Amino acid sequence: MKAIVTVTLKPGVLDPQGRAIESALGGLGFAGVNGVRAGKIFELDLADGTPREAVEDMARKLLANGVIENFKVELP
Amino acid sequence: MKAAVIVFPGSNCDRDLADAIAKVGGTAPTMVWHRETELPEGLDLIAIPGGFSYGDYLRSGAMAAQSPVMRAVVAAASEGRAVLGICNGFQILTESGLLPGALMRNAGLDFVCRDVPLLVENNQSIFTSRYSAGEAITIPVAHHDGNYVADATTLDRIEGEGRVALRYAAPVNGSARNIAGLLNDAGNVLGMMPHPERVIEPEQGGTDGRRLFEAVMMALA
Repeated sequence: MKAIVTVTLKPGVLDPQGRAIESALGGLGFAGVNGVRAGKIFELDLADGTPREAVEDMARKLLANGVIENFKVELP
Repeated sequence: MKAAVIVFPGSNCDRDLADAIAKVGGTAPTMVWHRETELPEGLDLIAIPGGFSYGDYLRSGAMAAQSPVMRAVVAAASEGRAVLGICNGFQILTESGLLPGALMRNAGLDFVCRDVPLLVENNQSIFTSRYSAGEAITIPVAHHDGNYVADATTLDRIEGEGRVALRYAAPVNGSARNIAGLLNDAGNVLGMMPHPERVIEPEQGGTDGRRLFEAVMMALA
């Protein structure tokens, strides 16, 4: 089974990379880009039946840094 | 002084750090590879060097924080042994939970590599006792992820507890409250982005880092 873990910066944490991407989109002529926040997506290939709690534990212990990031787990 | 320098794949300041410890402390440290599960016995100081451990994969310091040797380092720190993390070492200490907060990409996105003026905020620690409180010193930085971030409650707490050991005299990388070096609550763990091991002899262009190693040696040897 495939699980998807999406890691995003917490609201309020400054995202200089997102800002640079936003500015580059403006430079390419895309109008109306009001903000960009950069994040990460992890596709995990897991043994069937792996419980959601185990994936959340992986996210908490390694994939995300709880000081600055939130995560979302999607299971099939 | 019995010291160890932890070496990860991608560490690149390990030999400079070992050299500084040997020159100031008089005894060469033991180099300990990241796969070791135990540290040498009777260590006074565990030093975690700068570099790009594990290629900065995932987040700077994140993979190193999970390596076997770091479990031993965390255990030693909780027993009160002195731990000094410099640059990537500081990132590893925050990722392993020995220090609060996180080090994010520099606010200006650029890799910053230059001498920076610092202020010694707390000279009561085993690492900073050879400086005067409020003293201005110059130590080089070389990092991409030195932007210290923590929530306001944490920042107020560490400031209130005198745990900000070093502060940038002017903004360098976007760090909250210009924090450059941070102590743990017991005072036996210091993480700092500047590289004191690069300024211990006049030939290196400065000597302001030397007293940090002298202080540790005086406190622990």
